[in-house]
Amino acid sequence: MTTTLQKPAVAQEKTPAKPSIAAAIPEALRKLHPRHQLRSPVMFVVWVGSLLVTVFAATDPSVFTVAVALWLWFTVLFANLAEAVAEGRGKAQADSLRRTKKDAVARMLNGDVVAGTELKIGDLVVVEAGEVIPGDGDVVEGIATVDESAITGESAPVIRESGGDRCAVTGGTTVLSDRIVVRITTKPGESFVDRMIALVEGAERQKTPNEIALTILLSTLTIIFVLAVVALQPFAIYSGGEQSVVVLTALLVCLIPTTIGALLSAIGIAGMDRLVQRNVLATSGKAVEAAGDIDTLLLDKTGTITWGNRRATEFIPVGPTSQETLVAAARLASLADDTPEGRSILELAGGRSASEHEKTGEFVPFTAQTRMSGIDLGDRSIRKGAASAFELTDTAREIVDEISGQGGTPLVVAENGRVLGVIKLSDVVKPGMKERFAELRAMGIRTVMVTGDNPLTAKAIASEAGVDDFLAEAKPEDKMALIRKEQEGGRLVAMTGDGTNDAPALAQADVGVAMNTGTSAAKEAGNMVDLDSDPTKLIEIVEIGKQLLITRGALTTFSVANDLAKYFAILPAMFAAIYPALDKLNIMHLATPQSAILSAVIFNALIIVALIPLALKGVRYRPSSASALLRRNLLIYGLGGIVTPFAGIWLIDLLVRLIPGIG
Amino acid sequence: MSPLVAGLVQVGILVAALAVVYRPLGDYMARVFTTKGHLKAEKAIYRFARIDPRAEQKWSTYAYGVLGFSFVGIVFLYVIQRVQSVLPFNFDRGNVPEGMSFNTAISFVTNTNWQSYVPEAVMGHTVQMIGLTVQNFVSAAVGLAVAIALVRGFVRSQTDRLGNFWVDLVRGAIRILLPLAFIAAIVLIITGVTMSLKSGVDVDGQTIANAPVAGQEAIKELGTNGGGVLNANSAHPFENPNEWSNLIEIFLLLVIPVALTRTFGQLVGNKKQGYVLLGVMGVIWSAMLTVIWVAEANGLRPLEGKELRFGISGSALFANSTTGTSTGAINSLHDSFTGLGGGGTLLNMLFGEMTPGGVGTGLYSVLVMAIIAMFLAGLMVGRTPEYLGKKLGRKEVTAAAVSILAMPTVLLIGAGIAAILPSTQGALNNPGEHGLSEILYAYASASNNNGSAFAGITVTNDWFQSSLGLCMLFGRFIPIIAVLALAGSLAAQKKVPVTAGTLPTTGPLFATLLTGSIVLVAALTFVPALALGPIAEALL
Repeated sequence: MTTTLQKPAVAQEKTPAKPSIAAAIPEALRKLHPRHQLRSPVMFVVWVGSLLVTVFAATDPSVFTVAVALWLWFTVLFANLAEAVAEGRGKAQADSLRRTKKDAVARMLNGDVVAGTELKIGDLVVVEAGEVIPGDGDVVEGIATVDESAITGESAPVIRESGGDRCAVTGGTTVLSDRIVVRITTKPGESFVDRMIALVEGAERQKTPNEIALTILLSTLTIIFVLAVVALQPFAIYSGGEQSVVVLTALLVCLIPTTIGALLSAIGIAGMDRLVQRNVLATSGKAVEAAGDIDTLLLDKTGTITWGNRRATEFIPVGPTSQETLVAAARLASLADDTPEGRSILELAGGRSASEHEKTGEFVPFTAQTRMSGIDLGDRSIRKGAASAFELTDTAREIVDEISGQGGTPLVVAENGRVLGVIKLSDVVKPGMKERFAELRAMGIRTVMVTGDNPLTAKAIASEAGVDDFLAEAKPEDKMALIRKEQEGGRLVAMTGDGTNDAPALAQADVGVAMNTGTSAAKEAGNMVDLDSDPTKLIEIVEIGKQLLITRGALTTFSVANDLAKYFAILPAMFAAIYPALDKLNIMHLATPQSAILSAVIFNALIIVALIPLALKGVRYRPSSASALLRRNLLIYGLGGIVTPFAGIWLIDLLVRLIPGIG
Repeated sequence: MSPLVAGLVQVGILVAALAVVYRPLGDYMARVFTTKGHLKAEKAIYRFARIDPRAEQKWSTYAYGVLGFSFVGIVFLYVIQRVQSVLPFNFDRGNVPEGMSFNTAISFVTNTNWQSYVPEAVMGHTVQMIGLTVQNFVSAAVGLAVAIALVRGFVRSQTDRLGNFWVDLVRGAIRILLPLAFIAAIVLIITGVTMSLKSGVDVDGQTIANAPVAGQEAIKELGTNGGGVLNANSAHPFENPNEWSNLIEIFLLLVIPVALTRTFGQLVGNKKQGYVLLGVMGVIWSAMLTVIWVAEANGLRPLEGKELRFGISGSALFANSTTGTSTGAINSLHDSFTGLGGGGTLLNMLFGEMTPGGVGTGLYSVLVMAIIAMFLAGLMVGRTPEYLGKKLGRKEVTAAAVSILAMPTVLLIGAGIAAILPSTQGALNNPGEHGLSEILYAYASASNNNGSAFAGITVTNDWFQSSLGLCMLFGRFIPIIAVLALAGSLAAQKKVPVTAGTLPTTGPLFATLLTGSIVLVAALTFVPALALGPIAEALL
């Protein structure tokens, strides 16, 4: 009934699609349309400025005005280019997603069964308990409880009935009880996958909350600079040095935060794209941002923290048997055992491949009756199996009980009926987990291990893995309660899940990553789907979320810090004629007023292109304390942002001054 | 003692005195705004005005209270000036002209105290005492109330209530400003400040204007008002007779804004949060003092426009403190300062009056700036930005942005128009870059509710009276509305717990960031305009 996601072919490749600048140029030109420019207030101001300067350049052409007009247009184009390149990378993934999607089936009122994609507005479809509503519409008959968690994140079912204000149902939500007739009110193509395709492509991209807040801040800065530049003209007139519109516009464009304004949407698209490259699909950019804010991480023990299967960790000989004898016997008994446990015994005993002599042996497979497996080699009959299958001495019994008490599993090894010793199998923590949790702790994220084990075993594994806390003998409702408790304290919670009974918790969590192998209920409840079904991916998702915000902050800081040098370039150029003393501010020794202004404009445009790779790749993120991160980024992007344009504008001026009519 | 050593001793005494009262006054103010009980006098006021002191208000109701109260204040001040001729103690000073009444009414209600009139020639004692002085108290109390409401926004969670404006207003006036002003007035009288209901004293056949100075002088400084009863303001021997009265007045205008950082730390439950704000204010104040002092000491005519009894240090210290708080009293002629020194006093205002700023306004202005700084910083550490446990999202950034935008907007529009009006040339004493500094200073002073005059510009024509009046009005109330909206959206939020990932806001890193933001925002906004005024002057 529901959409099944398969790994898109392209998404499986870990290497990012190479950003092709050439391919993005036509799209960048198309984006010159004012409707598109309005999306970014900063770039809209540049667009208007370019138009204004073009008019002046056309009516009163000079090398300077034409050059400024051209470079202002380049500034707009470079911004479009950044966005187009970022979108281009998502397009390939979207195409493969499109190929793999299968739509919900719609059962028409007249009995016909059609694909969800073929529904038209006004069609009447029947949806019964357990079925997914194939498209957006109104209930025209019946009453039902509907699980809308997939869309609203609210896990409590809602009532939808015909007539009144509660008749609207949304495609992709599930009817939990009863039967309703729905009149389709929207065109198909807005399903779960369709929205994901849109997100990957960036076409229907909604600005995320943080992006909106940042846009407000950038707009504020833009307004301040518009005011500062507009008010400058009367001051200039008063001082006897009226400025041309071309020069004032150039100053304005240099001052407003064009660098971040141009790259903001590319950063957002690239962030989603980085997730897709790791085979994670997020239903909204908001979820990616929330990932950066996570305070508490719920991780299932089995499969995430531990290997999940039991692995051999120790050989304990019994009685006179030497360690070597036991190891050799255990190895022989496991040679033909292809279970994970068997393989782990071979690994621990050392030596996987059987010798020619050993291959002559007759393998005895495990059966439910014997509860043991092994090998008959010559006159030796070696067996390993559950403790209850053997006659045990008291010492052996003690060892077996001790292992069980620690949460491990004992396997007894015997030769010709004589017990040689015991293999201890335990749940082994994956390598590197302790370090990862330490990293998370440094980032301020608390990890909680969730397991069905008894508290004693859970505690042992929790301390071995280095998690901050654990939830033992956990039932799905316990998980839900834990999430609620954390959220009440103002914490943001992330978790992974795959089962249907994980669905409410996935919907409740701020970031719920569903495994692609999981049930559709889980996938619809979460706000991300991991196509690799790798629960440790959550840690990477958090890092991507943080990297997204850091990239925005770093480029904003860089953009604003740039203004200092631009003042030193442009103000003396504008006013040294009326106040020669102001030429002391021309510390870059720019050749002429025209070359100074043009160099600043060119730098302002080129820096966008120079930073496109950084915007797409994201600022390097290394888990560390907030203060250390801030100090580092302030140094690189704040201080760097102050220094770079001094060097850049100076270098550009060395070239620009060679142009006749400028230098 | 050389003038430099004497100056440093003065700074030392001032800082020591502020340090002594910092904790007790800060803690006392915190108690004033949190305690449940009411004084008898307060109960009487609530009964008389039919106020239910237990009723808590939403941010919008709180804002209506501020606006309504201020509007009534403006109308009242306007009317009593217009009918001054029938009021007692008018000494034949007739009705104040319309433009001047409009400007003055707004000026005192907005805590600006910009004076386009010569007090001893225009205002009688009645207007002075029941009009202007009353506003000196209540306009400061309004600033306090708004600051406290914003702090409540940080402290409270999941509520839409910010306290009761009327209670905060009454408590600020009765429990903080009145008693402190009373003590200050007595101390000032001891130093030689006059207090008389007569219109003047005869000295050698000359009449020297006099007034009940000490009473008004105390609240003039304490409430960061700045409007003198005598035209020469704190340069007049009756208002400020000697170096001791000078130091006391500087102390008075700094004491509440400084101690409010302690109040803030107490209320948010982490005193370090207050210390760090004080540190930022102190660093900028000290840096600007150094700039002004050094510039004046090395000027061509160092003592031009300064009182000999205060000298360069006493003048620089006063000038820096009066422009760094939104007081606007003056004990020297800022117009006569060097390009750099005068530019320094101008820059102090352009920082947005938060070093340490006016009573209440300084605290809320620096908190708004902290929100902007933390927004960027939060992004740079990869978390949705937060400050004091509250997330900074769309609503918070919008409110902070509006609050910050108001001042430069009205300032630049007003000064821009003034610069090209033909009538302006006639109003200026100086042409060229110094003339532009005079225009910029006037609009900076009005828009920031400072009220100090650079002098050198005649501001009595209709354009200046009305445009400066509007600058004061918008410069005061747009930020107040935005700050209260901000408080509302903060209070509605849950508190985010502090984790290892939280960016600490008590250390030097945050202090540096905040200082940088304050300086950078002012510099980026005003450098083009300053280039044609003080910068051009200073580089000559």
